[in-house]
Amino acid sequence: MDQGVGLPEPSALELSRRAWRRSRARRSTLIGLLSTLVFAVVAYLVVTNAPGWPRVQTTFFSPSVAWESLPLILEGLWLNLQVLVLGGFLVLVVGLLVSLTRTLRGAALAPLRILATAYVDLFRGMPLIIVLYLVGFGFPALGLQGMPTSPFVLGTVAIVLVYGAYVAEVFRAGIESVHPSQRAAARSLGLNHRQTMRIVVLPQALRTVTPALLNDFIALQKDVGLISVLGALDAVRQAQILVGQSFNFTPYVVAGLLFVLLAIPSARVADAVSARARRRQQSGSLL
Amino acid sequence: MSEPVLDVRGVVKVFGDNAVLRGVDLAVGEHQVVALIGGSGSGKSTLLRCASLLETVDDGQVLLDGEDVTDPRIDADQVRRRMGVVFQAYNLFPHLSVLDNVTLAPTVVHGRPKAEVRDEAMALLTRIGLAEKAGEYPDRLSGGQQQRVAIVRALAVRPRVLLLDEITSALDPELVGEVLAVVREVAAQGMTIVMATHEMGFARQVADTVAFLDGGVVLESGPPQQVLGDPVEARTRQFLSRVIDAGRL
Ligand SMILES: Nc1ncnc2c1ncn2[C@@H]1O[C@H](COP(=O)(O)OP(=O)(O)OP(=O)(O)O)[C@@H](O)[C@H]1O
Ligand SMILES: [Mg+2]
Repeated sequence: MDQGVGLPEPSALELSRRAWRRSRARRSTLIGLLSTLVFAVVAYLVVTNAPGWPRVQTTFFSPSVAWESLPLILEGLWLNLQVLVLGGFLVLVVGLLVSLTRTLRGAALAPLRILATAYVDLFRGMPLIIVLYLVGFGFPALGLQGMPTSPFVLGTVAIVLVYGAYVAEVFRAGIESVHPSQRAAARSLGLNHRQTMRIVVLPQALRTVTPALLNDFIALQKDVGLISVLGALDAVRQAQILVGQSFNFTPYVVAGLLFVLLAIPSARVADAVSARARRRQQSGSLL
Repeated sequence: MSEPVLDVRGVVKVFGDNAVLRGVDLAVGEHQVVALIGGSGSGKSTLLRCASLLETVDDGQVLLDGEDVTDPRIDADQVRRRMGVVFQAYNLFPHLSVLDNVTLAPTVVHGRPKAEVRDEAMALLTRIGLAEKAGEYPDRLSGGQQQRVAIVRALAVRPRVLLLDEITSALDPELVGEVLAVVREVAAQGMTIVMATHEMGFARQVADTVAFLDGGVVLESGPPQQVLGDPVEARTRQFLSRVIDAGRL
Protein backbone atom coordinates (compact mmCIF):
# COMPACT_ATOMS: atom_id res chain seq x y z
CA MET A 1 0.00 0.00 0.00
CA ASP A 2 2.81 2.39 0.89
CA GLN A 3 4.72 1.31 -2.22
CA GLY A 4 3.21 3.93 -4.49
CA VAL A 5 -0.22 3.77 -6.08
CA GLY A 6 -1.83 0.95 -8.02
CA LEU A 7 -0.62 -2.56 -8.62
CA PRO A 8 3.02 -3.29 -9.35
CA GLU A 9 3.93 -3.58 -13.07
CA PRO A 10 4.25 -7.26 -14.08
CA SER A 11 7.77 -8.29 -14.92
CA ALA A 12 8.81 -9.71 -18.29
CA LEU A 13 8.94 -13.15 -16.69
CA GLU A 14 5.35 -12.86 -15.45
CA LEU A 15 4.22 -11.57 -18.86
CA SER A 16 5.75 -14.55 -20.62
CA ARG A 17 4.12 -16.89 -18.13
CA ARG A 18 0.74 -15.30 -18.77
CA ALA A 19 1.20 -15.52 -22.54
CA TRP A 20 2.05 -19.19 -22.25
CA ARG A 21 -1.03 -19.88 -20.08
CA ARG A 22 -3.22 -18.06 -22.60
CA SER A 23 -1.91 -20.02 -25.57
CA ARG A 24 -2.33 -23.22 -23.55
CA ALA A 25 -5.95 -22.31 -22.78
CA ARG A 26 -6.63 -21.53 -26.45
CA ARG A 27 -5.17 -24.82 -27.55
CA SER A 28 -7.21 -26.91 -25.12
CA THR A 29 -10.41 -25.10 -26.08
CA LEU A 30 -9.68 -25.84 -29.71
CA ILE A 31 -8.95 -29.49 -29.03
CA GLY A 32 -12.13 -29.75 -27.01
CA LEU A 33 -14.24 -28.22 -29.76
CA LEU A 34 -12.72 -30.39 -32.45
CA SER A 35 -13.10 -33.64 -30.57
CA THR A 36 -16.72 -32.86 -29.71
CA LEU A 37 -17.44 -32.12 -33.34
CA VAL A 38 -15.74 -35.28 -34.56
CA PHE A 39 -17.62 -37.36 -32.04
CA ALA A 40 -20.97 -35.81 -33.02
CA VAL A 41 -20.37 -36.40 -36.71
CA VAL A 42 -19.27 -40.00 -36.18
CA ALA A 43 -22.25 -40.73 -33.92
CA TYR A 44 -24.60 -39.15 -36.46
CA LEU A 45 -23.16 -41.17 -39.33
CA VAL A 46 -23.20 -44.44 -37.41
CA VAL A 47 -26.81 -44.01 -36.28
CA THR A 48 -28.22 -42.78 -39.58
CA ASN A 49 -26.42 -45.49 -41.55
CA ALA A 50 -27.63 -48.26 -39.30
CA PRO A 51 -29.84 -50.68 -41.20
CA GLY A 52 -32.81 -50.08 -38.89
CA TRP A 53 -32.54 -46.25 -38.83
CA PRO A 54 -35.36 -45.42 -41.23
CA ARG A 55 -37.76 -47.51 -39.18
CA VAL A 56 -36.51 -46.07 -35.90
CA GLN A 57 -36.86 -42.60 -37.33
CA THR A 58 -40.50 -43.08 -38.19
CA THR A 59 -41.46 -44.93 -35.01
CA PHE A 60 -39.53 -42.79 -32.49
CA PHE A 61 -38.99 -39.41 -34.11
CA SER A 62 -42.07 -38.76 -36.17
CA PRO A 63 -42.70 -34.98 -36.18
CA SER A 64 -46.38 -35.34 -36.99
CA VAL A 65 -47.04 -37.83 -34.19
CA ALA A 66 -45.03 -35.61 -31.84
CA TRP A 67 -47.13 -32.59 -32.70
CA GLU A 68 -50.41 -34.42 -32.34
CA SER A 69 -49.50 -35.98 -29.01
CA LEU A 70 -48.15 -32.78 -27.47
CA PRO A 71 -51.42 -31.33 -26.05
CA LEU A 72 -52.42 -34.48 -24.18
CA ILE A 73 -48.92 -35.03 -22.85
CA LEU A 74 -48.73 -31.43 -21.69
CA GLU A 75 -52.03 -31.90 -19.95
CA GLY A 76 -50.57 -34.93 -18.22
CA LEU A 77 -47.43 -33.01 -17.34
CA TRP A 78 -49.59 -30.49 -15.51
CA LEU A 79 -50.60 -33.29 -13.15
CA ASN A 80 -46.94 -34.20 -12.66
CA LEU A 81 -46.19 -30.59 -11.81
CA GLN A 82 -48.94 -30.53 -9.21
CA VAL A 83 -47.56 -33.69 -7.61
CA LEU A 84 -44.10 -32.17 -7.76
CA VAL A 85 -45.03 -28.94 -6.00
CA LEU A 86 -47.31 -30.46 -3.40
CA GLY A 87 -45.03 -33.47 -2.89
CA GLY A 88 -41.88 -31.36 -2.76
CA PHE A 89 -43.37 -29.18 -0.06
CA LEU A 90 -44.59 -32.14 1.99
CA VAL A 91 -41.23 -33.87 1.59
CA LEU A 92 -39.52 -30.87 3.17
CA VAL A 93 -41.97 -30.84 6.07
CA VAL A 94 -41.72 -34.58 6.69
CA GLY A 95 -37.95 -34.59 6.28
CA LEU A 96 -37.50 -31.72 8.70
CA LEU A 97 -39.81 -33.16 11.34
CA VAL A 98 -38.26 -36.61 11.15
CA SER A 99 -34.70 -35.29 11.30
CA LEU A 100 -35.55 -33.08 14.27
CA THR A 101 -37.16 -36.04 16.01
CA ARG A 102 -34.00 -38.03 15.49
CA THR A 103 -31.92 -35.34 17.21
CA LEU A 104 -34.11 -35.26 20.33
CA ARG A 105 -32.36 -36.35 23.50
CA GLY A 106 -33.67 -37.94 26.64
CA ALA A 107 -35.05 -41.35 27.56
CA ALA A 108 -38.68 -40.18 27.56
CA LEU A 109 -38.50 -39.45 23.85
CA ALA A 110 -36.83 -42.73 22.90
CA PRO A 111 -40.01 -44.22 21.35
CA LEU A 112 -40.36 -41.23 19.03
CA ARG A 113 -36.71 -41.46 18.11
CA ILE A 114 -36.96 -45.17 17.39
CA LEU A 115 -40.06 -44.60 15.28
CA ALA A 116 -38.28 -41.94 13.23
CA THR A 117 -35.27 -44.19 12.73
CA ALA A 118 -37.45 -47.11 11.69
CA TYR A 119 -39.29 -44.92 9.21
CA VAL A 120 -36.06 -43.77 7.62
CA ASP A 121 -34.61 -47.28 7.47
CA LEU A 122 -37.76 -48.67 5.91
CA PHE A 123 -38.44 -46.11 3.24
CA ARG A 124 -34.88 -45.34 2.31
CA GLY A 125 -34.32 -48.98 1.47
CA MET A 126 -37.53 -49.72 -0.40
CA PRO A 127 -37.76 -49.08 -4.14
CA LEU A 128 -40.16 -46.25 -4.91
CA ILE A 129 -42.12 -48.35 -7.35
CA ILE A 130 -42.89 -50.94 -4.69
CA VAL A 131 -44.02 -48.26 -2.25
CA LEU A 132 -46.23 -46.90 -5.02
CA TYR A 133 -47.83 -50.29 -5.54
CA LEU A 134 -48.26 -50.96 -1.83
CA VAL A 135 -49.75 -47.55 -1.08
CA GLY A 136 -51.65 -47.22 -4.33
CA PHE A 137 -53.32 -50.60 -4.20
CA GLY A 138 -52.99 -51.50 -0.52
CA PHE A 139 -54.58 -48.43 1.05
CA PRO A 140 -57.78 -48.54 -1.01
CA ALA A 141 -58.01 -52.30 -0.45
CA LEU A 142 -58.36 -51.66 3.28
CA GLY A 143 -61.77 -50.26 2.45
CA LEU A 144 -61.57 -47.74 5.26
CA GLN A 145 -64.13 -44.97 5.26
CA GLY A 146 -62.74 -41.75 3.84
CA MET A 147 -59.63 -43.41 2.45
CA PRO A 148 -58.76 -41.51 -0.72
CA THR A 149 -58.64 -43.61 -3.84
CA SER A 150 -57.38 -41.06 -6.33
CA PRO A 151 -54.05 -42.09 -7.83
CA PHE A 152 -52.99 -38.45 -7.55
CA VAL A 153 -53.31 -38.47 -3.75
CA LEU A 154 -51.97 -41.98 -3.25
CA GLY A 155 -49.09 -41.40 -5.61
CA THR A 156 -48.16 -38.23 -3.77
CA VAL A 157 -48.31 -40.06 -0.44
CA ALA A 158 -45.97 -42.78 -1.70
CA ILE A 159 -43.51 -40.26 -3.10
CA VAL A 160 -43.54 -38.22 0.11
CA LEU A 161 -42.94 -41.37 2.17
CA VAL A 162 -39.85 -42.31 0.19
CA TYR A 163 -38.39 -38.88 -0.42
CA GLY A 164 -39.20 -37.77 3.12
CA ALA A 165 -36.86 -40.47 4.37
CA TYR A 166 -34.06 -39.34 2.07
CA VAL A 167 -34.48 -35.69 2.90
CA ALA A 168 -34.66 -36.45 6.63
CA GLU A 169 -31.17 -37.89 6.35
CA VAL A 170 -29.95 -34.89 4.41
CA PHE A 171 -31.29 -32.58 7.10
CA ARG A 172 -29.80 -34.70 9.84
CA ALA A 173 -26.39 -34.60 8.20
CA GLY A 174 -26.74 -30.81 8.02
CA ILE A 175 -27.73 -30.53 11.65
CA GLU A 176 -24.82 -32.69 12.70
CA SER A 177 -22.41 -30.65 10.60
CA VAL A 178 -23.01 -27.61 12.81
CA HIS A 179 -20.17 -27.46 15.32
CA PRO A 180 -21.25 -28.66 18.79
CA SER A 181 -19.83 -25.49 20.32
CA GLN A 182 -22.52 -23.55 18.48
CA ARG A 183 -25.15 -25.44 20.39
CA ALA A 184 -23.26 -24.98 23.65
CA ALA A 185 -22.93 -21.26 22.96
CA ALA A 186 -26.65 -20.98 22.30
CA ARG A 187 -27.62 -22.97 25.38
CA SER A 188 -25.26 -21.01 27.58
CA LEU A 189 -26.99 -17.83 26.43
CA GLY A 190 -30.17 -19.31 27.88
CA LEU A 191 -31.83 -20.37 24.64
CA ASN A 192 -33.85 -23.54 25.10
CA HIS A 193 -33.60 -26.57 22.81
CA ARG A 194 -36.28 -25.33 20.46
CA GLN A 195 -34.87 -21.81 20.18
CA THR A 196 -31.38 -23.20 19.70
CA MET A 197 -32.56 -25.36 16.82
CA ARG A 198 -34.66 -22.68 15.18
CA ILE A 199 -32.36 -19.68 15.52
CA VAL A 200 -28.87 -21.16 15.59
CA VAL A 201 -28.62 -24.71 14.27
CA LEU A 202 -31.19 -24.98 11.48
CA PRO A 203 -30.22 -21.81 9.60
CA GLN A 204 -26.64 -23.03 9.44
CA ALA A 205 -27.67 -26.58 8.58
CA LEU A 206 -29.96 -25.38 5.80
CA ARG A 207 -27.13 -23.51 4.13
CA THR A 208 -25.00 -26.61 4.13
CA VAL A 209 -27.64 -28.91 2.72
CA THR A 210 -29.23 -26.69 0.08
CA PRO A 211 -27.14 -28.16 -2.78
CA ALA A 212 -28.00 -31.71 -1.71
CA LEU A 213 -31.68 -30.79 -1.39
CA LEU A 214 -31.70 -29.36 -4.89
CA ASN A 215 -30.24 -32.58 -6.22
CA ASP A 216 -32.97 -34.55 -4.53
CA PHE A 217 -35.49 -32.16 -6.04
CA ILE A 218 -34.19 -32.93 -9.51
CA ALA A 219 -34.50 -36.65 -8.84
CA LEU A 220 -38.04 -36.01 -7.60
CA GLN A 221 -38.89 -34.17 -10.82
CA LYS A 222 -38.53 -37.30 -12.87
CA ASP A 223 -39.81 -39.71 -10.26
CA VAL A 224 -43.18 -37.99 -10.21
CA GLY A 225 -43.62 -39.69 -13.61
CA LEU A 226 -43.90 -42.99 -11.75
CA ILE A 227 -47.39 -42.20 -10.48
CA SER A 228 -48.46 -43.38 -13.92
CA VAL A 229 -48.21 -46.96 -12.63
CA LEU A 230 -51.24 -46.22 -10.47
CA GLY A 231 -53.19 -45.14 -13.52
CA ALA A 232 -52.91 -41.40 -12.90
CA LEU A 233 -53.32 -39.60 -16.21
CA ASP A 234 -49.93 -37.91 -16.07
CA ALA A 235 -47.49 -37.26 -18.91
CA VAL A 236 -46.10 -40.79 -18.93
CA ARG A 237 -49.53 -42.42 -18.82
CA GLN A 238 -50.81 -40.17 -21.59
CA ALA A 239 -47.80 -41.04 -23.70
CA GLN A 240 -48.42 -44.72 -23.03
CA ILE A 241 -52.02 -44.42 -24.19
CA LEU A 242 -50.98 -42.51 -27.32
CA VAL A 243 -48.35 -45.13 -28.11
CA GLY A 244 -51.00 -47.81 -27.81
CA GLN A 245 -53.29 -45.97 -30.19
CA SER A 246 -50.74 -45.05 -32.85
CA PHE A 247 -48.25 -47.93 -32.59
CA ASN A 248 -45.61 -45.21 -32.64
CA PHE A 249 -43.15 -44.56 -29.83
CA THR A 250 -42.71 -40.86 -30.50
CA PRO A 251 -45.00 -39.84 -27.57
CA TYR A 252 -42.51 -41.44 -25.15
CA VAL A 253 -39.74 -39.36 -26.65
CA VAL A 254 -41.88 -36.25 -26.34
CA ALA A 255 -42.71 -36.96 -22.71
CA GLY A 256 -39.08 -37.74 -21.97
CA LEU A 257 -37.88 -34.52 -23.51
CA LEU A 258 -40.45 -32.52 -21.59
CA PHE A 259 -39.14 -33.98 -18.33
CA VAL A 260 -35.61 -33.06 -19.39
CA LEU A 261 -36.70 -29.50 -20.16
CA LEU A 262 -38.25 -29.34 -16.72
CA ALA A 263 -35.04 -30.51 -15.08
CA ILE A 264 -32.62 -28.17 -16.83
CA PRO A 265 -33.50 -24.97 -14.94
CA SER A 266 -33.32 -26.80 -11.61
CA ALA A 267 -29.97 -28.25 -12.57
CA ARG A 268 -28.59 -24.79 -13.34
CA VAL A 269 -29.95 -23.42 -10.06
CA ALA A 270 -28.34 -26.34 -8.21
CA ASP A 271 -25.02 -25.67 -9.95
CA ALA A 272 -25.12 -22.00 -9.06
CA VAL A 273 -26.03 -22.67 -5.46
CA SER A 274 -23.30 -25.23 -4.89
CA ALA A 275 -20.76 -23.01 -6.64
CA ARG A 276 -21.69 -20.21 -4.26
CA ALA A 277 -21.43 -22.51 -1.27
CA ARG A 278 -17.98 -23.62 -2.44
CA ARG A 279 -16.82 -20.04 -2.85
CA ARG A 280 -18.04 -19.15 0.61
CA GLN A 281 -16.18 -22.09 2.11
CA GLN A 282 -12.98 -21.23 0.33
CA SER A 283 -12.90 -17.55 1.18
CA GLY A 284 -14.20 -17.15 4.72
CA SER A 285 -12.23 -18.61 7.60
CA LEU A 286 -15.25 -19.78 9.47
CA LEU A 287 -13.99 -19.71 13.03
CA MET B 1 -16.82 -12.42 52.42
CA SER B 2 -20.60 -12.33 52.03
CA GLU B 3 -22.47 -15.19 50.38
CA PRO B 4 -20.58 -16.37 47.29
CA VAL B 5 -22.17 -15.71 43.90
CA LEU B 6 -20.99 -19.07 42.64
CA ASP B 7 -20.30 -21.86 45.07
CA VAL B 8 -19.00 -25.17 43.80
CA ARG B 9 -19.18 -27.87 46.48
CA GLY B 10 -17.62 -31.29 46.08
CA VAL B 11 -18.39 -31.52 42.38
CA VAL B 12 -17.65 -34.87 40.77
CA LYS B 13 -17.70 -35.52 37.03
CA VAL B 14 -16.97 -38.89 35.49
CA PHE B 15 -16.57 -39.68 31.80
CA GLY B 16 -16.78 -43.44 31.38
CA ASP B 17 -14.14 -44.72 33.80
CA ASN B 18 -12.30 -41.39 33.87
CA ALA B 19 -13.16 -39.42 37.00
CA VAL B 20 -12.16 -35.98 35.77
CA LEU B 21 -13.46 -34.06 38.79
CA ARG B 22 -13.22 -35.84 42.14
CA GLY B 23 -14.75 -33.34 44.51
CA VAL B 24 -13.99 -29.77 43.50
CA ASP B 25 -14.68 -26.95 45.96
CA LEU B 26 -14.56 -23.38 44.78
CA ALA B 27 -16.32 -20.33 46.17
CA VAL B 28 -16.44 -17.16 44.12
CA GLY B 29 -17.51 -14.00 45.92
CA GLU B 30 -19.21 -10.99 44.40
CA HIS B 31 -16.84 -8.86 42.23
CA GLN B 32 -14.17 -11.52 42.54
CA VAL B 33 -12.01 -12.73 39.69
CA VAL B 34 -10.90 -16.33 40.00
CA ALA B 35 -8.32 -17.79 37.65
CA LEU B 36 -8.45 -21.54 37.16
CA ILE B 37 -5.09 -22.98 36.25
CA GLY B 38 -3.95 -26.53 35.70
CA GLY B 39 -2.44 -28.83 33.14
CA SER B 40 -4.11 -29.84 29.95
CA GLY B 41 -6.81 -32.37 30.73
CA SER B 42 -6.98 -31.38 34.41
CA GLY B 43 -10.68 -30.60 34.03
CA LYS B 44 -10.85 -26.80 33.82
CA SER B 45 -13.26 -26.85 30.90
CA THR B 46 -15.24 -29.65 32.48
CA LEU B 47 -15.63 -27.64 35.69
CA LEU B 48 -16.84 -24.58 33.81
CA ARG B 49 -19.23 -26.70 31.75
CA CYS B 50 -20.62 -28.22 34.93
CA ALA B 51 -21.02 -24.78 36.48
CA SER B 52 -22.89 -23.52 33.42
CA LEU B 53 -25.06 -26.65 33.36
CA LEU B 54 -23.80 -27.76 29.98
CA GLU B 55 -22.85 -30.99 31.75
CA THR B 56 -24.71 -32.72 34.58
CA VAL B 57 -22.57 -33.25 37.63
CA ASP B 58 -22.20 -36.79 38.95
CA ASP B 59 -22.05 -35.62 42.54
CA GLY B 60 -21.79 -32.48 44.63
CA GLN B 61 -23.56 -29.18 44.18
CA VAL B 62 -23.27 -25.90 42.35
CA LEU B 63 -24.94 -22.96 44.05
CA LEU B 64 -25.71 -19.74 42.22
CA ASP B 65 -26.62 -16.99 44.66
CA GLY B 66 -27.30 -19.69 47.21
CA GLU B 67 -29.67 -21.61 44.97
CA ASP B 68 -28.78 -25.21 44.17
CA VAL B 69 -28.72 -25.24 40.38
CA THR B 70 -27.73 -28.92 40.18
CA ASP B 71 -31.18 -29.84 41.47
CA PRO B 72 -32.80 -31.68 38.54
CA ARG B 73 -36.12 -29.98 39.29
CA ILE B 74 -34.68 -26.60 38.44
CA ASP B 75 -35.17 -24.97 35.05
CA ALA B 76 -31.69 -25.15 33.56
CA ASP B 77 -32.44 -22.60 30.83
CA GLN B 78 -33.53 -20.17 33.51
CA VAL B 79 -30.24 -20.66 35.37
CA ARG B 80 -28.09 -20.29 32.27
CA ARG B 81 -29.67 -16.92 31.67
CA ARG B 82 -27.94 -15.71 34.80
CA MET B 83 -24.49 -16.72 33.61
CA GLY B 84 -22.36 -15.58 30.72
CA VAL B 85 -20.06 -18.08 29.06
CA VAL B 86 -17.31 -17.61 26.51
CA PHE B 87 -15.48 -20.58 25.03
CA GLN B 88 -12.15 -21.00 23.32
CA ALA B 89 -13.66 -20.74 19.83
CA TYR B 90 -16.84 -21.08 17.75
CA ASN B 91 -18.64 -18.65 20.02
CA LEU B 92 -20.34 -16.41 17.50
CA PHE B 93 -23.14 -17.53 15.24
CA PRO B 94 -21.75 -17.22 11.71
CA HIS B 95 -25.14 -16.60 10.07
CA LEU B 96 -25.93 -13.60 12.26
CA SER B 97 -24.34 -10.17 12.16
CA VAL B 98 -22.24 -8.99 15.08
CA LEU B 99 -25.09 -6.87 16.37
CA ASP B 100 -27.63 -9.69 16.01
CA ASN B 101 -25.27 -11.99 17.88
CA VAL B 102 -25.20 -9.56 20.77
CA THR B 103 -28.91 -8.74 20.83
CA LEU B 104 -30.16 -12.31 20.31
CA ALA B 105 -30.33 -13.49 23.91
CA PRO B 106 -31.59 -10.24 25.47
CA THR B 107 -34.47 -10.05 22.99
CA VAL B 108 -35.34 -13.69 22.40
CA VAL B 109 -34.58 -15.12 25.82
CA HIS B 110 -35.19 -12.18 28.10
CA GLY B 111 -37.90 -10.63 25.97
CA ARG B 112 -36.55 -7.12 26.35
CA PRO B 113 -37.57 -4.37 23.89
CA LYS B 114 -35.53 -4.44 20.68
CA ALA B 115 -34.65 -0.76 20.51
CA GLU B 116 -33.40 -0.62 24.08
CA VAL B 117 -31.30 -3.79 23.66
CA ARG B 118 -29.90 -2.45 20.42
CA ASP B 119 -28.76 0.82 21.98
CA GLU B 120 -27.20 -1.04 24.84
CA ALA B 121 -25.44 -3.46 22.49
CA MET B 122 -24.09 -0.58 20.40
CA ALA B 123 -22.81 1.08 23.57
CA LEU B 124 -21.04 -2.14 24.55
CA LEU B 125 -19.58 -2.55 21.07
CA THR B 126 -18.41 1.04 21.14
CA ARG B 127 -16.64 0.40 24.41
CA ILE B 128 -14.57 -2.39 22.85
CA GLY B 129 -13.99 -0.32 19.72
CA LEU B 130 -16.04 -2.47 17.39
CA ALA B 131 -19.09 -0.30 16.81
CA GLU B 132 -18.29 0.02 13.11
CA LYS B 133 -18.30 -3.78 12.79
CA ALA B 134 -21.87 -4.10 14.10
CA GLY B 135 -23.26 -5.00 10.68
CA GLU B 136 -20.47 -7.39 9.70
CA TYR B 137 -20.67 -11.16 9.83
CA PRO B 138 -18.28 -12.92 12.22
CA ASP B 139 -16.12 -14.45 9.48
CA ARG B 140 -15.09 -10.95 8.43
CA LEU B 141 -13.60 -10.31 11.88
CA SER B 142 -10.21 -11.31 13.21
CA GLY B 143 -10.09 -13.96 15.90
CA GLY B 144 -9.41 -11.35 18.55
CA GLN B 145 -12.32 -9.20 17.42
CA GLN B 146 -14.57 -12.25 17.46
CA GLN B 147 -13.64 -13.08 21.02
CA ARG B 148 -14.21 -9.49 22.11
CA VAL B 149 -17.66 -9.61 20.58
CA ALA B 150 -18.25 -12.94 22.33
CA ILE B 151 -17.46 -11.31 25.68
CA VAL B 152 -19.81 -8.45 24.91
CA ARG B 153 -22.50 -10.90 23.90
CA ALA B 154 -22.13 -12.73 27.21
CA LEU B 155 -22.33 -9.42 29.07
CA ALA B 156 -25.45 -8.31 27.20
CA VAL B 157 -27.63 -10.62 29.28
CA ARG B 158 -26.33 -8.92 32.46
CA PRO B 159 -25.06 -12.14 33.99
CA ARG B 160 -24.34 -12.65 37.69
CA VAL B 161 -21.10 -14.36 36.80
CA LEU B 162 -18.96 -14.58 33.68
CA LEU B 163 -17.30 -17.92 32.89
CA LEU B 164 -14.37 -17.72 30.47
CA ASP B 165 -12.75 -20.88 29.15
CA GLU B 166 -9.30 -20.17 27.72
CA ILE B 167 -10.73 -17.51 25.52
CA THR B 168 -7.32 -16.52 24.14
CA SER B 169 -5.76 -19.91 23.56
CA ALA B 170 -6.96 -20.19 19.94
CA LEU B 171 -5.58 -16.74 19.09
CA ASP B 172 -2.38 -15.55 17.51
CA PRO B 173 -0.14 -14.05 20.20
CA GLU B 174 -0.55 -10.50 18.94
CA LEU B 175 -4.34 -10.73 19.34
CA VAL B 176 -4.26 -11.97 22.92
CA GLY B 177 -3.63 -8.54 24.39
CA GLU B 178 -6.74 -6.86 23.00
CA VAL B 179 -8.98 -9.62 24.34
CA LEU B 180 -7.37 -9.60 27.76
CA ALA B 181 -7.76 -5.82 27.85
CA VAL B 182 -11.51 -6.26 27.54
CA VAL B 183 -11.53 -8.85 30.33
CA ARG B 184 -9.50 -6.49 32.49
CA GLU B 185 -11.97 -3.70 31.92
CA VAL B 186 -14.95 -5.93 32.64
CA ALA B 187 -13.28 -7.07 35.85
CA ALA B 188 -12.58 -3.47 36.82
CA GLN B 189 -16.28 -2.71 36.43
CA GLY B 190 -16.97 -5.26 39.16
CA MET B 191 -18.10 -8.31 37.19
CA THR B 192 -17.67 -11.62 38.97
CA ILE B 193 -15.46 -13.79 36.76
CA VAL B 194 -14.18 -17.34 36.68
CA MET B 195 -11.65 -17.90 33.97
CA ALA B 196 -9.68 -20.93 32.94
CA THR B 197 -6.44 -19.64 31.54
CA HIS B 198 -2.91 -20.45 30.51
CA GLU B 199 -1.93 -16.78 30.70
CA MET B 200 -0.21 -16.79 34.09
CA GLY B 201 0.96 -13.21 33.75
CA PHE B 202 -2.58 -12.05 33.21
CA ALA B 203 -3.87 -14.20 36.09
CA ARG B 204 -1.28 -12.61 38.35
CA GLN B 205 -2.37 -9.09 37.42
CA VAL B 206 -6.15 -9.44 37.30
CA ALA B 207 -7.19 -12.36 39.49
CA ASP B 208 -8.03 -12.04 43.17
CA THR B 209 -7.71 -15.77 43.59
CA VAL B 210 -5.82 -18.37 41.63
CA ALA B 211 -7.06 -21.96 41.92
CA PHE B 212 -4.82 -24.79 40.80
CA LEU B 213 -6.76 -27.80 39.57
CA ASP B 214 -4.95 -31.12 39.75
CA GLY B 215 -5.99 -34.74 40.12
CA GLY B 216 -9.65 -33.76 39.99
CA VAL B 217 -9.54 -31.37 42.96
CA VAL B 218 -8.53 -27.79 43.68
CA LEU B 219 -5.16 -28.64 45.10
CA GLU B 220 -4.22 -25.14 46.08
CA SER B 221 -5.85 -21.75 45.93
CA GLY B 222 -5.12 -18.30 47.19
CA PRO B 223 -3.92 -14.86 46.14
CA PRO B 224 -1.90 -14.94 42.91
CA GLN B 225 1.33 -13.81 44.57
CA GLN B 226 1.16 -16.79 46.88
CA VAL B 227 -0.03 -19.53 44.49
CA LEU B 228 2.05 -18.40 41.56
CA GLY B 229 4.98 -16.98 43.52
CA ASP B 230 5.35 -19.25 46.50
CA PRO B 231 3.19 -22.34 46.09
CA VAL B 232 2.80 -24.72 49.01
CA GLU B 233 2.19 -27.86 47.01
CA ALA B 234 4.95 -29.66 45.16
CA ARG B 235 2.57 -30.39 42.26
CA THR B 236 1.85 -26.70 41.86
CA ARG B 237 5.57 -25.92 41.78
CA GLN B 238 6.08 -28.63 39.15
CA PHE B 239 3.27 -27.27 37.02
CA LEU B 240 4.54 -23.71 37.27
CA SER B 241 8.08 -24.65 36.39
CA ARG B 242 6.78 -26.43 33.29
CA VAL B 243 4.85 -23.31 32.39
CA ILE B 244 7.93 -21.15 32.94
CA ASP B 245 9.93 -23.46 30.71
CA ALA B 246 7.28 -23.01 28.05
CA GLY B 247 7.80 -19.26 28.41
CA ARG B 248 4.29 -18.39 29.50
CA LEU B 249 4.92 -16.74 32.84
N1 LIG C 1 -17.44 -35.21 26.64
C1 LIG C 1 -16.38 -35.90 27.10
N2 LIG C 1 -16.37 -37.24 27.02
C2 LIG C 1 -15.33 -37.94 27.50
N3 LIG C 1 -14.25 -37.41 28.08
C3 LIG C 1 -14.21 -36.08 28.19
C4 LIG C 1 -15.27 -35.24 27.70
N4 LIG C 1 -14.94 -33.97 27.94
C5 LIG C 1 -13.75 -34.00 28.55
N5 LIG C 1 -13.29 -35.25 28.69
C6 LIG C 1 -12.05 -35.65 29.34
O1 LIG C 1 -11.97 -34.98 30.57
C7 LIG C 1 -10.63 -34.61 30.85
C8 LIG C 1 -10.60 -33.13 31.20
O2 LIG C 1 -10.91 -32.37 30.05
P1 LIG C 1 -11.02 -30.80 30.09
O3 LIG C 1 -11.39 -30.38 28.73
O4 LIG C 1 -11.92 -30.40 31.20
O5 LIG C 1 -9.54 -30.38 30.45
P2 LIG C 1 -8.92 -28.92 30.50
O6 LIG C 1 -8.35 -28.76 31.84
O7 LIG C 1 -9.90 -27.94 30.04
O8 LIG C 1 -7.74 -29.06 29.47
P3 LIG C 1 -7.17 -27.98 28.43
O9 LIG C 1 -6.26 -27.11 29.21
O10 LIG C 1 -6.43 -28.80 27.43
O11 LIG C 1 -8.34 -27.26 27.83
C9 LIG C 1 -9.82 -34.98 29.65
O12 LIG C 1 -9.14 -36.16 29.94
C10 LIG C 1 -10.84 -35.22 28.58
O13 LIG C 1 -10.40 -36.23 27.71
MG1 LIG D 1 -10.12 -26.72 28.32
